[in-house]
Amino acid sequence: MSHSNTATLSNEIHGDNYLNHSKGLKSWLTTLDHKRIGLMYLATVLFFFLLGGIFALIMRLNLMSYGHPVVDANTYNKLMTFHGAIMVFLVIIPAIPGAIGNFVLPMMCGAKDVAFPRLNLASYYIYLFGALFATAALIGGGVDTGWTFYTPYSIRTSGPVILVLLGAFIAGFASILTGLNFIVTLHKLRAPGQSWSRLPLLCWALYATSIIQVLATPVLAITLVLLMMERVFKIGIFDPALGGDPILFQHFFWFYSHPAVYIMILPAMGVFSEIIPVFSRKPIFGYRAIALASFGIALVAFIVWGHHLFVSGQSELANFIFSLLTMFVAVPTGVKVFSWVGTMYKGSIRFNAPMLYAFGFIELFTIGGLTGVFLATLAIDVHMTDTYFVIAHFHYVMVGGSIMGLVGGMHYWFPKVTGRMYNETIAKWSFGFIIFGFNLTFFPQFIAGSQGMPRRYWSQLPEFDLWNRLSTVGSWFLAVGFVMVAYDMIRSARKGPIAGPNPWEALTLEWQTPSPPPHENFIETPVVTSWPYEYKPSRG
Amino acid sequence: MSQPLNTTGVHHHAHHFDSADHEFQASKQGMWIFMVTEVLMIGAIFVGYLIMRARYPEAFHEAHKLLNVKLGALNTAVLILSSYTMVRGVSAAQRGNNKLTIRMLMTTIALALVFCVVKYFEYSHKIHEGTLPGGNYTYAELSMPHVPLFFSFYFIMTGIHAFHVLVGIGLMTWMIKRVKSGEITPEFFTPVELVGFYWHFVDLVWIYLFPLLYLLG
Amino acid sequence: MLNQIYTKGAGLPLQGSDVAVAWDGLYWFLFWLSVFFFVLVVGGMIYFAIVYRQREGKKAKYIVDNHLLEATWTVIPTVLLLVIFAWGWNVYKRMVQPPSDAMEVRVIGKQWLWNFQYEDGRLETNKLVVPIHKPVKLLMTSEDVLHSFFIPNFRVKSDVVPGMYTTVWFEAKVPGEHQVFCTEYCGTSHSGMLAKIEVLEPAQYELWKANKPYTLSGVRTISSDIFAARRAAGESTQLKSETIPLPEQGKKLVEAKGCTACHSADGSARIGPSYKGIFGHEAELANGEKVTVDENYISESIRKPQAKVVKGFNPVMPPYTKEMISETEMNAIIAYIKSLK
Repeated sequence: MSHSNTATLSNEIHGDNYLNHSKGLKSWLTTLDHKRIGLMYLATVLFFFLLGGIFALIMRLNLMSYGHPVVDANTYNKLMTFHGAIMVFLVIIPAIPGAIGNFVLPMMCGAKDVAFPRLNLASYYIYLFGALFATAALIGGGVDTGWTFYTPYSIRTSGPVILVLLGAFIAGFASILTGLNFIVTLHKLRAPGQSWSRLPLLCWALYATSIIQVLATPVLAITLVLLMMERVFKIGIFDPALGGDPILFQHFFWFYSHPAVYIMILPAMGVFSEIIPVFSRKPIFGYRAIALASFGIALVAFIVWGHHLFVSGQSELANFIFSLLTMFVAVPTGVKVFSWVGTMYKGSIRFNAPMLYAFGFIELFTIGGLTGVFLATLAIDVHMTDTYFVIAHFHYVMVGGSIMGLVGGMHYWFPKVTGRMYNETIAKWSFGFIIFGFNLTFFPQFIAGSQGMPRRYWSQLPEFDLWNRLSTVGSWFLAVGFVMVAYDMIRSARKGPIAGPNPWEALTLEWQTPSPPPHENFIETPVVTSWPYEYKPSRG
Repeated sequence: MSQPLNTTGVHHHAHHFDSADHEFQASKQGMWIFMVTEVLMIGAIFVGYLIMRARYPEAFHEAHKLLNVKLGALNTAVLILSSYTMVRGVSAAQRGNNKLTIRMLMTTIALALVFCVVKYFEYSHKIHEGTLPGGNYTYAELSMPHVPLFFSFYFIMTGIHAFHVLVGIGLMTWMIKRVKSGEITPEFFTPVELVGFYWHFVDLVWIYLFPLLYLLG
Repeated sequence: MLNQIYTKGAGLPLQGSDVAVAWDGLYWFLFWLSVFFFVLVVGGMIYFAIVYRQREGKKAKYIVDNHLLEATWTVIPTVLLLVIFAWGWNVYKRMVQPPSDAMEVRVIGKQWLWNFQYEDGRLETNKLVVPIHKPVKLLMTSEDVLHSFFIPNFRVKSDVVPGMYTTVWFEAKVPGEHQVFCTEYCGTSHSGMLAKIEVLEPAQYELWKANKPYTLSGVRTISSDIFAARRAAGESTQLKSETIPLPEQGKKLVEAKGCTACHSADGSARIGPSYKGIFGHEAELANGEKVTVDENYISESIRKPQAKVVKGFNPVMPPYTKEMISETEMNAIIAYIKSLK
């Protein structure tokens, strides 16, 4: 670490690191370095986040007031479809595992790389390839199926539906390969002394995520194949006109897409399980419980898909079982939330941007989780499903959870990735805009939804105008917040002050090496002698 | 899916592993996980088949009679034999007998091709008769509802399996090239062993498909 | 007072049925429980953030876990969740089990309108007229893609699926106009697939039944004007001249379509089973299984006659597609078979 100490004397980064180890575009495009692949994932994910976000802003503008649409119904339906498909398949699912996980997980284990670096690069290109198909569908006139592709509408409607299906299908394999790589890395490449009971909670969370990716994604793959076959060969499995069953499609689809929700949220939980103890200067409260809760959630994830079908015509017995099982999602989730707050108790809390995002995450995720209990309750769901209550609920979980995790994590690891510090003032202001804008955008949607405002409507009734206006105004604040984050990060990556190896005085392994890390992560293979949350008062 | 191999392509271990055995163990675990995803993918379509079969047992029973059990049984025998030749190929690779490895891999490829030829005749017969999936079904002699659904499953399931066979042929060809280049040694035979895993899995899927589609219906 | 469907401000829609009252009770319980937990978690977090902020000379305390506390926050939520589940199931059962004397109306969803078919043979588009304080059961199907029938004021909703019948039931207790939304995305004009339910006082309902002018009193929605304008333009509501009761329409249809050649109405077996006395009863199939004769079975047996053949009969009936018998006609035929007790 000595050479980076000398580097702090000037605002230049010296020494060999993963960024300057080899030069040129080709060295990036063919890199096997997990850190570079993580950054490539991040850049692509953020590009699609921008695209999906622009679509969302147009949709909000369209809904701002009754009778003043800015796009026509067909365009709106396409925007709605691509906003959902892009944000789910190309942003949130790959975001934290692909970007943050790729960068951090091997270092947290004390490994030089992931187990299969080539497969890791392949995963990125497969993802990019899938994304290109989706983009081609967008350029080729767009698709209006909704991101859930419900049959038989998705069989009947015109447009390049198959391209989008192929895109999601291909991107799914990227997700499988990332999960596979992480599982083997965690099993085989932990540094000496890095026992399971000393593994950072982000690793545990990514392990649970990987299990879901490996087990659930292939079911989505085959479902999408069947849907393509419906369109091409009229196989009729999901088409009632040919003797098939459209509800079977929903079962297949949600068998993946419900666990996928936990692919999105578990890594974010892992990120904050790292951030909260570091900035509270205290051990994480209930390490074992949090690690186990990740697996509890992953397990329950596979047996609750039917709660998406409470009004689909599914049997009452099935509704009974799925509602009961769904309730148990809330138990491990609650354990985690309580443990994070418990970690702050009698801490010595610092208010840097990553910790602010942790506060924001807990606020938003608590609302998202509690409204999830509403929707798990059978009777309540009958009224609420397919209204904006559901939209608000999953945005609180997906944006309030996953995107907060991504942006919070980007701030937390920014000094490690770039070797420089972001601007704390801009970071705090942007956080303010994001949290205010988010709540203003989505809280009114709970109210509108409980009053019956249906989702996926190009034009809403004037009864809901107040809520729609508030929501649209909120979306502008949200957008400004994200633009500020982008500005800060782009600027600070080049001009920020030198951060040093461990600006947060964290104990996990990735901080015990220079920033930016050298090509193979550590100058010497680290030997782990204690768990990563050993914040003794003397060190506080 | 097209890259089930997790090898690094060099016969000394990659920089982030401690030893060749360490790397082999990791590759093997990766392959097992990949096989699990394959099981889940094929499992999903099996579940779909079983649900529809439970709903329309008569239609599925009548439809399955139109399959050619003899050709199905022939293909089953061909694949079981190919699994045997694959085992011998892998074991030869472990012992460093490159000549035998290449011969066994070639035999396995030949058997896989026999499988594909038989499948081709089955498919073309069905296309000719019109016993096709869903909306394309035109076979006049059996016009029960939901019979076309059986053929949807038949073509999808055997089609996905046949795709895996073709991928297997490609992988084995690649292995022959690598053995010829002298890359495969008794110290480093991971790729051959993993292709062996894959091939046994492909055979195993057929072992389930054959009775399910041809015999039980 | 009740001049719009939505209570003023941020509250729930008005309680248009008894189920809505039960539903709201559960909703507010969950609401206040959530407020409690939100204050506990987020309030606790803010309190800790202030009290335990980093200060000179103050060190963090080394705490790793506390098993009693962890057990508490595992067990208490579990118990609460089970209570919520049971309560939710209880209300749900009331929402989905119609009383046996419920009046039936048939609903056909298609891109992008709702057709309502009454027992007396009337067919109306985007307007459902029902009497107050009478249970009404809607038997719904779709002609094309998925739709969903949602009445916020009654807190009921069900998907409308092609190829099968689903139901929704309610007993309206507030006269006036209530909004219906399609809540399953169904394509371009999904957001235009709206309908109104008119809940009439008994006297007015009788006038409507007699095809005479009636007055609609009670609640209105803000968007009523939009609908009134559309109605004036003759867009969304049409009163069909056909006012033969639905079962009689069905009788005519089975004669016209030639069904009676094989199916009798008096209980005697011809080439196929008789229509008489089968509805609601079990039939034994050729494969020994039993099936209850209901809307779904009759519809399936007309569209795909070979799927479930009754024991003792040969599978010789040809299938009838939607082009030969529409969903509207199907409803009439089912109503006719149902009337042959």
